[in-house]
Amino acid sequence: MQPKIIARNVVKTYPTKDGDILAVDNLSLEVADGEFVCVVGPSGCGKSTFLRILAGLTPLTSGSVEIIRDAKTKKPLNSMVFQEYAIYPWKTVWDNVAFGLEMRGVPKAERRSRTELWLKRVGLSRFADYYPHQLSGGMKQRVSIARALANDPEVLLMDEPLGALDAQTRLVLQDELLKLWDAERKTVVYVTHSIDEAILLGDRIIIMTAHPGTTKAEFTVEIPRPRTIETTTTAEFAHHKGIIWEALKDEVSRVYGDQA
Amino acid sequence: MSAKSLPSTPVRSLYRLVHHRHLRGLGLVTAAALLLNIVVSAMDWWQEYWWLALLTNFILLVIIAERFGELIPLRYKTLYNRSLALSFLVFILLCWEALVDASILNARWFPAPSSILQALWDLTVDYDRFNKSSLLGRPWLIPQEWEANGMTGVKALFKESHVYATLTRVLFGFIIGSIPGIVIGMAMGMNSTIRTMLDTTLSALYVLPKIAIFPIMMLAFPNPFGEGPKIAVVAISAFFLVTINTMTGVQQIDPVLIQAGRNYGANRWKMFRHVIIPGALPMIFSGLRLALGTGLIVIVAIEFVRAKIGVGRVILYHWEILSTEKMYAGLFVTMILGVLLTYGVQLIEYAVMPWQRK
Repeated sequence: MQPKIIARNVVKTYPTKDGDILAVDNLSLEVADGEFVCVVGPSGCGKSTFLRILAGLTPLTSGSVEIIRDAKTKKPLNSMVFQEYAIYPWKTVWDNVAFGLEMRGVPKAERRSRTELWLKRVGLSRFADYYPHQLSGGMKQRVSIARALANDPEVLLMDEPLGALDAQTRLVLQDELLKLWDAERKTVVYVTHSIDEAILLGDRIIIMTAHPGTTKAEFTVEIPRPRTIETTTTAEFAHHKGIIWEALKDEVSRVYGDQA
Repeated sequence: MSAKSLPSTPVRSLYRLVHHRHLRGLGLVTAAALLLNIVVSAMDWWQEYWWLALLTNFILLVIIAERFGELIPLRYKTLYNRSLALSFLVFILLCWEALVDASILNARWFPAPSSILQALWDLTVDYDRFNKSSLLGRPWLIPQEWEANGMTGVKALFKESHVYATLTRVLFGFIIGSIPGIVIGMAMGMNSTIRTMLDTTLSALYVLPKIAIFPIMMLAFPNPFGEGPKIAVVAISAFFLVTINTMTGVQQIDPVLIQAGRNYGANRWKMFRHVIIPGALPMIFSGLRLALGTGLIVIVAIEFVRAKIGVGRVILYHWEILSTEKMYAGLFVTMILGVLLTYGVQLIEYAVMPWQRK
């Protein structure tokens, strides 16, 4: 498999009045084309910072990040799905989904057909003229996901996209994400703090250490696709969960130890 | 069970209504209110204890309105609340009228609403020969003047109007002040260097009551008694309010929305057009609303000080000649202007920000 994302020795420090704070420490990661990688770590470990570096939203202090572009197409390098949805309250659902296309100046006819397609795929066609304040949290995040996928990026970056949703909506959206990904097979880097979510969605799971963040371990998820929510009840799933928790629990208790 | 199986007849529903929990309470409170007023009047306590009687009456009135409200079905609730708001106003006006009628309120200083209305009518239809002015500029004469003197005749009619004078001062000042206010506020919101440089100066000038710079403006303009200095003070008041609101509006845009804009490839202009402007718009409009209200306050104050024409002049002039009815009419006109201007901004807001409609 050829690599799609290559991150080498990424270091990020934030300057503060009391000196620099190290957020990401010497993190290296390679993601293959069409691979779904989940990054799991305790809160505050710098996993979101790393994702923002991949997205080009935060400059890195040292190291390098590269997303390899498919030479034949003019796709955007990456599109991000934010935990806070980050959809525009002043735009209708339609205009929000079309946002990336409009910013890049995609011709009107293509913009129209792509928006229509993705609204249908996330089941929001009926709500095209609604404003975000009229939608539930789950619907808002569907808009955000549709916006990213309509943009057809080389790489999809997702920053705890289901973190703000209630448990049931989260299950529904996990199921939808599995279906969408099975159809698209995009390269995805997915940050989450839920082990269940990582096992359910990912091909590979990267465990990060507590602050400052770097890779601690990685696991390949051996559960065959297509997966559904029922997958979470299998013995295989429980087995994976046990192993990953073993690796993660020290880091989590380190965070709590620091706070206590 | 038997109660349920009985058919509902008009008599039965009437019986139910009368024995309704709230209705019984309502009857009791109403009786108490009537009794209170009879006793107070009979014992001749109004003169001495009018404030206590008023307070008790008001409290009883609130209880009556509340009990009555509980009887109103939910779908008529808004209608009931609106009529409650309106009828209280009417009630106050009626009380005022009655108190003047009974010579309890001095008609010289607190003329009855009916005579204020009469004065308002007089101000509207009459031409004041001494001041060479009228309230609205007698618009019904426009066709006739147009026949006789053409455009100059119509212009002369506008020139004699107090309302027109005040409105043009407020609107011109508002527009002249708001446009640079929005531009500079945007710049301050987006660029922290500009913000740091200007913030202190702006805050210092902001707290200065703008009416205090009227003398300077009179010196600055070639004609100190013309429209220039008046409009300038309104413009300066509007400028500060709009600048500070616009700046805050830009600053309080959720940073993640700006990050999303960058991530999805928005260039400078598109970011401005699709993210910054709509994000700041609600705050900009609240600044504009404040600026217009303040503009009206400022212009009335200026017209008190130095103006031949304008609603402020109407108020002060009729105070000077002890024509209090007309003074009140001037106050009323100012109030109406305030309401209309605010309503105008709200209409624009509604049109420009469809996502804010609930």
